[in-house]
Amino acid sequence: MELPAPADLLPPLLGGVWVTVRLTVGGAALAAVAALAGGLGRVADNAAVRAAATAYVEVFRGTSALVQLFWFYFALPLLGVELGAMTAGILVLGLNTGSYGAEVVRGAIRAVPRGQYEAAAALSFSRRQTMWRVVLPQAALAMVPPLGNLLIELLKNTALVSMITLHDLTFRAQLLRSETLRTVEIFGLVLVLYFLLAQALALGTRGLERRLALGRDYGGLR
Amino acid sequence: MTFDWRFAWEILPELLRALVVTLQATGLGMALALALGLVWAVLRRSRRRLVALPATGLVEFVRSTPLLVQIYFLFYVAPSLGLSASPLVSGVFALGLHYSAYTAEVYRAGIEGVPKGQWEAAIALNLGRWRTWRAIVLPQAIPPVIPALGNYLVAMFKDTPMLAAITVLELLQTAKLIGAETFRYLEPLTLVGAIFLAVSLLAVRLVRRLETLSERPA
Amino acid sequence: MSGRPDPPVIRLEGVVKRFGELRVLDGLDLEVARSERVALIGPSGSGKSTILRVLMALETIDAGRVEIDGVDLWPARRNGGPWADEAHLRRCRAKVGMVFQHFNLFPHMSVLRNVTEAPVQVLGLSRREADERARELLDRVGLADKVDAHPAQLSGGQKQRVAIARALAMEPEVMLFDEVTSALDPELVGEVLAVLRRLARESRMTMLIVTHQMHFARDIADRVVFLDGGRVVEQGPPEEIFSRPRHERTRAFLQRLLEAE
Repeated sequence: MELPAPADLLPPLLGGVWVTVRLTVGGAALAAVAALAGGLGRVADNAAVRAAATAYVEVFRGTSALVQLFWFYFALPLLGVELGAMTAGILVLGLNTGSYGAEVVRGAIRAVPRGQYEAAAALSFSRRQTMWRVVLPQAALAMVPPLGNLLIELLKNTALVSMITLHDLTFRAQLLRSETLRTVEIFGLVLVLYFLLAQALALGTRGLERRLALGRDYGGLR
Repeated sequence: MTFDWRFAWEILPELLRALVVTLQATGLGMALALALGLVWAVLRRSRRRLVALPATGLVEFVRSTPLLVQIYFLFYVAPSLGLSASPLVSGVFALGLHYSAYTAEVYRAGIEGVPKGQWEAAIALNLGRWRTWRAIVLPQAIPPVIPALGNYLVAMFKDTPMLAAITVLELLQTAKLIGAETFRYLEPLTLVGAIFLAVSLLAVRLVRRLETLSERPA
Repeated sequence: MSGRPDPPVIRLEGVVKRFGELRVLDGLDLEVARSERVALIGPSGSGKSTILRVLMALETIDAGRVEIDGVDLWPARRNGGPWADEAHLRRCRAKVGMVFQHFNLFPHMSVLRNVTEAPVQVLGLSRREADERARELLDRVGLADKVDAHPAQLSGGQKQRVAIARALAMEPEVMLFDEVTSALDPELVGEVLAVLRRLARESRMTMLIVTHQMHFARDIADRVVFLDGGRVVEQGPPEEIFSRPRHERTRAFLQRLLEAE
């Protein structure tokens, strides 16, 4: 079947979309864990934990994601750890986005009113119970919009893996361009594909917000 | 293999020269982003929907798509647009365009922070649209958002390594070349990471100082 | 009947609490007997709420001794001041329930869950047992029809009644009430005071009540304690304090309150 231009460019590009989606999902999962660990670590009682969390956040936020990617893929092997391109990609995307996410988590936790901690203490909740049953559920709703934005940033950052020759959408676009020289069509199409993916993520985020807000008034955070 | 400090010391001057290129790209890119962002922000407030909607659409589109792809795109189409074929020029344009979408949002927040009464007073005094913007609205809209703009400057700085994709001789590209020549990637890449960390920590400190300055009553 | 008097369920001895330069509690002595109803009154800044917060270990103390049911709240010393580990504080807190001025209900949980969460998580009750207990308490405070509502859907008076049920669900030995009607619109105050009166009537709960509602204090209290400057100025039965105060400061305070009405 012959597709009309520019749709005929889609089949070779769609394989790249799948790689991009895998990177986004894998990176997001790691980022969620890292953000939670980092955010909780930043507000922990233990000074050593706090220092470690702060170091993680400052280093990954303060350096460029692309430099991190190159370092993990090219420099780490020289210290003995070999990573495949997909692994390096998910690792860097997760840790990088997670460091920004940790700040969001920290801010949302700190925005929960002190009265909630006092009520929990008055009911004899332990510190862990207070955090997991009272504070985090309330912080969760405030976290969703900024974390949703970070998710879209993560999607955009997946394009960087094309520079370590992972066959994502951007890499396929480059390949196709060098073969067919139809630059404007290819890159226009690719930009539209990324845009559609970003819109899908935004819709998902808004849906999650609505579900979490059922019956609540944002817990006094708005 | 462990870290070779002597080698690191040797390549440092070359990397610092590349830092200059990085800073140039950042500075020029930000200048473009600041100017263009203001244009988008004003256009989006136009009452003529034919002007406001495409402006909003363009800003949303640019913001939601990867900078790297935009860089490739501009690099390849630059010659046919009449722009210089220099990678740095197309790189700066890509950075400026992409980040103008962010600065437009920042400006929008600043403009919406100006009390409506100011607009009304300007109308009552018959100041005309151009002068209202220049003399009344912008001087009040911009100072509070300077810290936010500063944060985007730091973000752009951290995005400059993408220009390595179009062979601009900034920090990452230089590290790659050193690595390709000497087969030693550990030292150059680690140093580049350290340089980024040092500069951005410094820059963040400065931006925070700006924040406290702008919070003082005018 | 029994020969030996029952030890006080609450005892504060020489308690000092500083906030920076300010001595909010300045050598405070206070005892509350089992099943006693004590009203704490005094000007703002006199330390009334601080006493309750100290009893709940929401604040540390700088000097003195706090005993709950005979147990020293701060048995250890660290950095020259009273100290206790978290586990010990939680054990002591289990005996005390507190209702706050600003309710502090958990907004992400239904009314029923607000009341059952702590009994399940802390006391180890099964969900079914906790539900039963919660429904009974919510019925007693007049909110049986609101069990599935969320706090955001309730009025201030209803929220406070849920807060009372939530505290009672933990079956404490002492209940602390920290200006529980001060944040309410006037027309909602009565329903909350009615619950407190009913609690006093139908149980033997020890109650320590910080309040500005003088008529209520007069009705419900066995003893009224007037505080000023972080110390007890005078205390006694309501008739004595309200009609025949002995100290000038007590008189002045009551006078100001009367004029404000």
